[in-house]
Amino acid sequence: MNRTVLDLWVGIFVAIGIAAFLFLALKVGNLSSGHLSETYTLQARFDNIGGLKVRGPVKSAGVRVGRIADIRFDPATYEAVVTMDIDGRYRFPRDTFAAIYTSGLLGEQFIGFDVGGDDRMLRAGDTVTKTQSAVVLEKLISQFLFNKAAEGQGTK
Amino acid sequence: MAESMSSIRKLGHAVVDRIWRLGFAARFLVAVLRYSGPSFRRLPLTLREIYFSGVLSLLIIMVSGLFVGLVLGLQGYETLQRYGSTEALGVLVALSLTRELGPVVAALLFASRAGSSVTAEIGLMKATEQLKAMDIMAVNPIARVVAPRFWGGVVSMPLLAALFSAMGVFGGWLIGVVFIGVDDGAFWSQMQSGVDFRYDVWNGVIKSFVFGIAVSLIAVFEGYDSVPTAEGVSRAITRTVVTSALAILALDFVLTSFMFRGTS
Repeated sequence: MNRTVLDLWVGIFVAIGIAAFLFLALKVGNLSSGHLSETYTLQARFDNIGGLKVRGPVKSAGVRVGRIADIRFDPATYEAVVTMDIDGRYRFPRDTFAAIYTSGLLGEQFIGFDVGGDDRMLRAGDTVTKTQSAVVLEKLISQFLFNKAAEGQGTK
Repeated sequence: MAESMSSIRKLGHAVVDRIWRLGFAARFLVAVLRYSGPSFRRLPLTLREIYFSGVLSLLIIMVSGLFVGLVLGLQGYETLQRYGSTEALGVLVALSLTRELGPVVAALLFASRAGSSVTAEIGLMKATEQLKAMDIMAVNPIARVVAPRFWGGVVSMPLLAALFSAMGVFGGWLIGVVFIGVDDGAFWSQMQSGVDFRYDVWNGVIKSFVFGIAVSLIAVFEGYDSVPTAEGVSRAITRTVVTSALAILALDFVLTSFMFRGTS
């Protein structure tokens, strides 16, 4: 059995195809950067998560430190339980504050960690106790309107 | 009365005929899988088919991918500009290509470029009684002719779809970054944070693999089942292209509804 020109072409074809796939995986997709190799899980409870999505980012000081793994509703406390996968390289103090922020006015929502000063660190499986729910724009507007109305009555 | 009876009879014939063919196609698929051994033991047979259906489709796939990417870049920029978020152009181009356009358009092109020629080849072999001759010489035509073409298509399709997507992303980059002047770093970093490997890229690969199986099966089956005349072969080729296109789009809907149900 001899090698033929045809084999060469098939080899080139397969090589180009695999190169295209690697390009998609590494350059277009986030296999190289966004894939967290070693993670540990933390949980947080929120009264209202707004538009938070699974696979959304967890950031601290604006840097992505993890991703949201799961969002559940706890029927006992009527709260949302958010499970997060945090990059194993980073540790956070026990009194870290987890809040839901929005990137830009209409952007995606993410969990931001505001780091506290406790010496003891959060361990895998711990729950972040200090949380702040998402800002619901409708509530904010109605509150503002009610306050305005109340002010108007007070001055008369 | 007699006329209406005969038209009902025709309708019934047509339905029964379709179902009959469907059953035959299923049995044919099983036979192809069962006699696939030689296509892997005698690799040159399959390599030859990869050459004919894969390598010769390279040009049309790459050029089409490039142009689809260019158009996506222009249209995406035009729309995103209204919302002042032109950096999201990379995400838009990459997501639409890896999730949908890459697999689907590449499969449509593949069906019309390679599937039709496979059907024509097998159909003409049948019309000139080469398949029968093989049978007489104790060579199983499914193992010798059909299975290598089937596997050649199945192997080629995901590679071509990946190539299509990559060329499309390159086209989008060319328009967005080189010609219009979107920031290069923002283009790629937004793309990388927006495109998930397993969720977006890998699901696209699975799609293209499924399309490859569907298109290859339809192509070899239509050829094998064609009426062995000049007219019959030309009809079989037409049916290959039409049935493949319908199958690709229908399968795409089904797969998409499985893969990308809105995340909570």
